[in-house]
Formats: sequence, C-alpha cells, structure tokens
Amino acid sequence: MKVVIPKEVNEHELRVAATPKTIIRLKKQGFETYVEKGSGKKAKFSDDEYQAAGAILVDTPQELYSLADIVLKVQPPTEQEIELLKKGTLILSYLWPAQNMPLLNKLAEKGINAIAMDAIPRISRAQKMDVLSSMANIAGYRAVIEAANYFGRFLNGQITAAGKVEPAKVLVIGAGVAGLAAIGTAKSLGAIVRAFDTRKEVAEQIQSMGAQFISVDIEEDGSTATGYSKEMSKEFIEAEIALFKKQAAEVDIIITTAQIPGKEAPKLILEEHVKAMKPGSVIVDLAASTGGNCVLTKKNEVYTTDNGVIIVGKIDQLPTQASYLYGNNLCNLLDDMGKAQNFKIDMNDDVIKRAMVVYEGKINWPPEPLAVSAKKTTSTKPTTEEEAKKKAAKAKKVIISNIIWLAIIGILLFALGKVAPADFMGHITAFVLAVFVGWNVIWNVTHALHTPLMSVTNAISGIIITGGLLLIQDDITNPITILSFIAILIASINIVGGFVVTYRMLNMFKK
Amino acid sequence: MITTHIQIAAYLFASILFILSLSGLSAQESAKRGVIYGIVGMVIAVLATLLGENIQGYIYIIIAMIIASIIGVIVALRVEMTAMPQLIALLHSFVGLAAVLVGYGTFINPQTMLMQGAEKSIHLVEIYVGIFIGAITFTGSIIAWGKLTENITSKPFVYKGKDLVNVILLLTSIVLGVLFLLQTETYGMTYLIIMTVIAAFFGIMMVMAIGGADMPVVISMLNSLSGWTASASGFMLGNDLLIVTGALVGSSGAILSIIMCNAMNRSFFSVISGGFGQEIKKGKKMEGTVKSINHEEAAELLNEAQSIMIVPGYGMAVAKAQYPIHDLVEKLRKKGKTVRFGIHPVAGRLPGHMNVLLAEANVPYDIVLEMDEVNPDMPDTDVVLVIGANDTVNPGAQEDPSSPIYGMPVVEVWKAKRVIVMKRSMAVGYAGVENPLFYKENTDMLYGDAKESVEKINAKID
Repeated sequence: MKVVIPKEVNEHELRVAATPKTIIRLKKQGFETYVEKGSGKKAKFSDDEYQAAGAILVDTPQELYSLADIVLKVQPPTEQEIELLKKGTLILSYLWPAQNMPLLNKLAEKGINAIAMDAIPRISRAQKMDVLSSMANIAGYRAVIEAANYFGRFLNGQITAAGKVEPAKVLVIGAGVAGLAAIGTAKSLGAIVRAFDTRKEVAEQIQSMGAQFISVDIEEDGSTATGYSKEMSKEFIEAEIALFKKQAAEVDIIITTAQIPGKEAPKLILEEHVKAMKPGSVIVDLAASTGGNCVLTKKNEVYTTDNGVIIVGKIDQLPTQASYLYGNNLCNLLDDMGKAQNFKIDMNDDVIKRAMVVYEGKINWPPEPLAVSAKKTTSTKPTTEEEAKKKAAKAKKVIISNIIWLAIIGILLFALGKVAPADFMGHITAFVLAVFVGWNVIWNVTHALHTPLMSVTNAISGIIITGGLLLIQDDITNPITILSFIAILIASINIVGGFVVTYRMLNMFKK
Repeated sequence: MITTHIQIAAYLFASILFILSLSGLSAQESAKRGVIYGIVGMVIAVLATLLGENIQGYIYIIIAMIIASIIGVIVALRVEMTAMPQLIALLHSFVGLAAVLVGYGTFINPQTMLMQGAEKSIHLVEIYVGIFIGAITFTGSIIAWGKLTENITSKPFVYKGKDLVNVILLLTSIVLGVLFLLQTETYGMTYLIIMTVIAAFFGIMMVMAIGGADMPVVISMLNSLSGWTASASGFMLGNDLLIVTGALVGSSGAILSIIMCNAMNRSFFSVISGGFGQEIKKGKKMEGTVKSINHEEAAELLNEAQSIMIVPGYGMAVAKAQYPIHDLVEKLRKKGKTVRFGIHPVAGRLPGHMNVLLAEANVPYDIVLEMDEVNPDMPDTDVVLVIGANDTVNPGAQEDPSSPIYGMPVVEVWKAKRVIVMKRSMAVGYAGVENPLFYKENTDMLYGDAKESVEKINAKID
C-alpha cells in the first residue's frame, strides 16, 4: 500500500499531514511512503529528515498522486488536486462536509473515497484520531500565549522589591478541549482563571483544571447528545450577556472558544462589553474563522479598539507541533483500519461509517446521530419536596420497626427471666455484651489482615479446651475421660497451631 | 488450688486480653501485639482452669497437650501460604468436633443427672444445641477442607428439593429435641445420636452446595459457627469465659461473612443456598474483538509506563506466581516507576488471601491497597496487569444491568490507559459470566500460565 503526502497548496496552511516521525510509524505499519519535495518546509521539517525516516521524495504532485493508494492531507483537496487523483484512491483530510457539498459531489463523481478527519465522531474509542480535539488543544494553549504577548503586564502575581503585582484575571468562554487547554495554560502562568460554559456537566472539569466555574442563574442545560452544546433560549442569552458585562469590567483577558458545528459562531461579546473593558485588555477570539464570538473581531487581524482593547483574530497554528499531532491522529486511524496488511474499509465500523463522507461514488452525509455525552437521558426526577416527604416517611417506618423489634426482644427477655435460673441470666448477659463488643471491634480490621484475623480467632476458639479440662476424670476407662482427652488434644492443636501460624504470617508483612 | 472467685477474675482478665487481641489485629502496626495478647490470655485461661477445684486426670491433660503442641507447631511452620484456606478450614472442624465431644461428655456426666426442673431442661437444651452446632461446624469444615484441597470437586452440588429436605430435617431435629427433653437419665442418648447424624448431614450438604469462589464466605461463616459452637459449650458448662470468647469469635466471623457478601453484592442466603455460577448466563452479547500480545510487547508496555497497578486473583495463587511478581515489582520500582497492587475483597479463597500471599513473597504491604483505595486512581494509571482475576474486574458489573453480577463492586481496571490480562484461556470466570473487559479497546490478553508469563516478562525488563 502506498501512502503519499503532498505539499499543502493553500498558502495560509503551515501544517503538513505527516512529520518524519509519522513516516517512521507508517513504515512500521507496513506502508510505503512518498512525500512531495518541500512538504514540510513551513512546519520546519526538511526533505532530508523525511528521507532519513524512510520516505521516498517525489518532485511533482502529478507523479505523487499517480502513485497514491492513500493520500494524507490537511486542507481539503482543490479542484486541480482532485483532477490528479485516480479512481478508488482514499483521501484523509479536513473536508468540512456540512459546508462543502460541491466538493463532496466532485469527489463522488471521480470515484474517490474520502474520510473527513473533522467528521470523526467524538466517542471514547475515536479520541486518538480526533483531529478537532488535538488541534483545539493547540489553539487553546496558543490563545493564552498570544494574549500574554499582547497584554502589557505579568500574568502571575508577584511581590517584588519594586512593589506588588496583581495577578491577571482571565475569563475563558466555552470549556471544550480548547477552553480547557486555555484554562490549564493560563493557570500554569499564574493567572486567576474563570470559565463559563452553557453545559452544566463541564463544571467539574473546569474546577479540576483549577478555574472557577461561573454561570447564570437560569436552569437550562446546554448539553446535547453529540457532545457539543446547543443554542440556548432568549432569556438565557440575555442573562449571559449581563453576566459577561459584569465580568468584562473585571477581567484583563477574555478568550472565547464557543463554536457550534456547521453554523456561524455565536456572538457573545458585544460592543458594550468591549467598551466596559479596561484599556490594555486583550480578547483572543478562537472562533474568528467562523465569524468570531466577538462582534468586533476581524478575521486574520490583530487590532486595537478606540478604548484600547486589543482584539486578536489571528492565531499562529504552531505548525511543528500541530503537524506532529495531526500526523499521529492519521496514523491511529490507519492503525484502526488494519494497517497495511489487513487494510479494510469497514462501513459497519462506528467511526468509519460516519467519517467516510464519500464512498464508492456515494455521498454519505449527514450521518446518523450518535450519542456520546456522559449524561445520556434526562430522567424525570421527582421534585425535592416529594423526595423529602418520602425520606420522612421512610425514617418514620424505620423508627416504628425499631420500636417493634425492641419491644419483642424486651418481652422475650422478660419471659426468659421469668422461667430461667439466675445463673443462666448471668450467662446470657455476658453473651450478649460480648457479641456487641466483638461486633464493634472487628469492623475496624483492614482487609489485608483478614486471614491473620481468622487464624487468630481459630486459635482463640480453641478455648473450648476448658470444656475438656473440666470434664476429664482420673479414670481412663471412663468414656467421659476418653471423650475429653480427644477434645483437649484437638483443641490444643487449634490453639498452638493457630497462634504459631498467625505469628508466622504477621512476620511476613513488611513495609 | 485457687478459689472460684479468683478463677472468675482470671477468666475476666483473659476475656479482656482476647478483646485486645482482636482489636490489635485491626492494623499492621499492632497486629503482632494482638497475637501476644491472645497467647497470654489463653495461657491465663488454661492455667486458671487447671488450678481450679475438682480438676482430675492431669497426666492425660499433659500428654494430650504435648502431643497437640508438637503437631500444631509442625503444621503451622510447614504450611504453605497458598494452603492457608485448607488449614483454616481444618482448624474450624477441630472446634466443631471438640464441641461435640464435650457435649456428649457433659451429657453422660453424672452431675447432669442430678439436676432438677427448669434447670435441667435448660441444661439439656444447651447440650442439644451445642452438639447440633458443633456437628454442623465439624462436617461443614471437613467438606470445605476437601473442596479447597480439591479432594472434592469445587463445583456446587445441588439436587432438586434441597430446601424442602433441609426444612424437614430441621423440623425433625426440633421434634427429636422435645423427645430428648422428656427422657430421664441417659435414655435420651438415641435421640441425641440421631440428631447428631442429621446435623452432620446438614453440614455436609450445606457446603457441598457452594462453589469454589464463594469459599471466602463459607470460610468466614464456618469461622463464625465455630465461635457460636464454643459459646454454646460455654452455656452447657456454665462457663462465662467460653461464652464470651465464643461470642467474640462468632461475631468476628459474622462480620467477615457480611463484608465478603457485600463485596460480591449477594445476600448471605443466596450464597448459602448455593448453586451459583453453574451455567453460562446470558449477559449482553459481546461486541468488538479480543487482542492478544506476547511477552515482549507486554514488557515494552511496562517499560514505557510510569504508573503500574497489579490486580491479582485466585489464578495467581494457583500458579504460585507471587514470587516472580515480587521480582518484577522490585525491578520496576528500581526504575523509579510507581507500582501498586489493587486487591478485591473476595479475591482468592479466603478473606485477605492475596495479602498473605504477597506478604509471603516479601511484597511490602504499604503498596498493597484495597479496591476502594485504587479505584479513584485508575484513570491516572498507565498499565494495569490483571493476573488470574476475572469476575472481580468485570465491567459488566457496572455497565450491563442484564449481567448476573450487575451491582457487584469491582476493581475498575478498564478505566486505566492500558490493561494487560494474564489468563490461561478465554474461559468464563466462576460466576459463569462473559467478561466485556477482554473486548475493550485498551485491553490486551496475554495467554499462558501466570508464573511463566511473569518470568518471561521479567527477562525482558531491562
């Protein structure tokens, strides 16, 4: 199987679909690899490195595509590129199927099979091939770095000889992969981080990253079964905007990451918010490519507003790092498809059947939905009031049954005391109290010591020896003597054996 | 000779020492002290009895004790830790047998015949009950011993109408008991013997019905029974020391049984009624594929991992793999890796069995943790090594409500990044349930004998 890696033709694209490290993995999987000369230049990988890793360098795209069984790319193929592809070739790249229907049609006409890396479903099994996550992670990290770059102060608080420095306050909107990465990075730089998300279920993740979860006082959950958030109601958005206004006046840096798949990014930061911010504050808009979360964002531009707020609509892609992760995502997918030897397009596979948007001349989009969110069904919970009532009723029941039991026990004891001799009652007292003592003492025993506990209780129950000792007679012919002799014998084995083996065991336990 | 009052004081002191002994066993640091308390308590109890009034036959007592001490010490020093369950079962049977013998001895003791009225009736009931429990403990423990040594098949043996037969036998025993009470002098002997046979049969059938992996419950139940036996004998002899000590042991065993039952999410009665895991039950159909790896790949995974968890089960005891595991752990720890053990409460055939085996192989006890301690750390664990465990790591217990073991607490190994399962074959575990763990994305199977596999991996760890 021949895997080819072409040079990206889009001039803004700095990444490449495979790094030399990816080539090594592909070779291990049994693929022959061909790389177009100069492919890795923008991502800082030289042709020599590719060659050293085992790839064969090819001069022109024409030659490259004529060899290809599988094409690994970053950007969707252009019309010219599609022309060069043979029928039956498999291409793996971003395709944005929801926005790119004409492209899908062309691929289908040409009989090319295409996997949209951006359509890999977000299920646990597919995490290792989820390029959106791996790229979002980079974007989140980079967003903080960009913000810190344009921000005129330290991010962390310091107390220096020259005076005290307050830590910067960062607000992250949207706690997806990018948002969480941003929280982590900002936190590690020492900033005070707050994060907002419409999905209540991510509160825990936000807090685990060390940020404060802020939300509005309206009961509405933005979670959906696909793992993305949904659009919220009007009341919710109004409350949200009021909240942002308050926050905007307080924080120094806002990083927005809210995107809804296949739609324009929601407008969250309005003009009034930007106006409320202090001069020198920074907004980094990760949704700039889909219209921006901030109304004032200009795509691919960084500029300062009239009131001195810097709005960053352009983010460096960290091409070296991004190419490495992207290449790994692709490798993981090929790994899943059976490596070179058993390579198979399995349309029954949950991941493949959703990501394979064009297959054997047919367009396979949109796919059937797949639930991935941890919280699957919204069950109808009984109201808290009902619950409290139930609890009270239950507690009442327990009290009543306790009273009944105690009454029964009391009556039985009374009856027993009436007929039994005083001696017997004394024994019962000792017995019952001992049961309670034993009950309380044993609960504390650690699991690790259960075996020694059993062998020591074994030894202790050898106390039955006293029975034999009390009964034994001088007369060996008396059957009582014989019975008690045997009893003493075996009970002593118990005592001695039990204690010795316990001691031996405990000696083995070492720290 | 000492007076009865002093004897009672000595007994009280011994009882206190026994309580301290059991509470000492609650932590590693105080455990040895606990054993010493127990020994001292026992010596005081025996001496106080021997020095009491009307003790006869010293010579026979001394002979019996010397023989017993020799046997006891030899057995205790020789026994292998893998054979601990058998030894404990055997020791339980001794308590039962001793109680039966003491019961008969008391019955034919002329003093019994001198009693009158309610006093005599109560005394006879005590004898009857003491022998009944003793006989069940005796035969039940013998069968448990047989099953653990594999002289008897460890498969549960049940027959139709078992419960009905048991009820009839129980009722018969009660009727015989009433008849026994009505007799004068030793004429009740016949009823006593018939009842003993019934109790013996009862004990046999009870343990026969229970399968191998339910053994931890059975052993703790027999442990409890042996305590109650001693207590019953105490009532019979009017001896408070026996009553108190027996009650301590009895409640200790009962607690262990409860802990074991909780760990399997099964009620005590469902364990006792037996027959669990006989046929393969229908859980959810398995999806996905089972991947297997070889020793080199497993060693490579361990070499790369930083945090490693080992989850052993009965398979480790069978293969005696604890020694090579210790070597492996030492090697990995020397390389600066975090290695810990996660132990399910019912792993093995005896409560705490795995801990004793690992201790025997010199694994430090502070890296041997309980299930509840390791579960929260699973997502941060790079590699989990499952050695000879199956049902205790079955994700079906949490994910599949149709599974027979649904709801049982399990070691959540599948939440770790990688899982290596060492197993002899794909066979189902004791509960007869398929294990979805083997089909998980992050699980690799390593087939073969656990001991050999660990040794081979050892050779590959640099």
